[in-house]
Amino acid sequence: MLITRKVEFSASHVCRNPQLSEAENRAVFGAAANPHGHGHNYVLEVTVEGKPDPVTGMVLDLKTLKNTMNREVVEIYDHRFLNREVAPFDKVIPTTENLAVDIWNRLQPHLSGPHGRLHGVRIYETPDLYVDYFGDAP
Amino acid sequence: MLVTRKYRFSASHRLHAPELGDAENRELYGKCNNPFGHGHNYEIAVTVRGRVEASSGRAVDIELLDGLVRREVLEPFDHRNLNEEVEAFRTAAPTSENLGCEVVRRLKRNWRTVFQEDGPRLERVAIAETSRNAFEVSAHEIE
Repeated sequence: MLITRKVEFSASHVCRNPQLSEAENRAVFGAAANPHGHGHNYVLEVTVEGKPDPVTGMVLDLKTLKNTMNREVVEIYDHRFLNREVAPFDKVIPTTENLAVDIWNRLQPHLSGPHGRLHGVRIYETPDLYVDYFGDAP
Repeated sequence: MLVTRKYRFSASHRLHAPELGDAENRELYGKCNNPFGHGHNYEIAVTVRGRVEASSGRAVDIELLDGLVRREVLEPFDHRNLNEEVEAFRTAAPTSENLGCEVVRRLKRNWRTVFQEDGPRLERVAIAETSRNAFEVSAHEIE
């Protein structure tokens, strides 16, 4: 059984590779290369897999999942300039793909027990663009 | 890693199977069989499977995908009468099932004009005629 919980956060970022020239960065990242940054209202959906506990009827306590998502992701990302304030995005380009991998890495250690195992992370940069990551080779 | 991008187009269509009689078509397709046709705001979600490239941090160049979808799907479908103006639907009824298959066929046929052999691959297309239904076609289902 899969359970998905959704949360939102807002953050700014810049997508640039310092090894590329200004023109190359513009060609690869378009408007997202603007060095002053820009922001999004991100929507994060975290999906957990497990069997309902015979006593509680629940796969996991959703309050715990909510607290984990808030503590490990929202409190760190929300209203931040990701490149400057959130590691590893001082070194890793904060594309939606790389955000999905980082969020997986932050959540996975807390969602690996018998009561719910992390199954997938879906992150929307806009309502029309999202990334799914399942912990495989990125 | 999967990357999904949503697009929209508006088009008219009529569902009518020429092999069946008028009464059977009305029975089968209901309002969708109206001889004058009707329209929808369609939403399609194109899902691509790719590996994150280290230098860009991205699994697919969205601009390239946008260009391909615009040329192959949005320009030929948007503000058109699908039965009259899209070759595939002169014979096949433009149901969401057939539309989904046609979108996959068009994207697969032209994929290599935009993406490299070892680059991102088309995973699936979902098409929604209204917000109450969605049809998903996996890329491997279509030749």
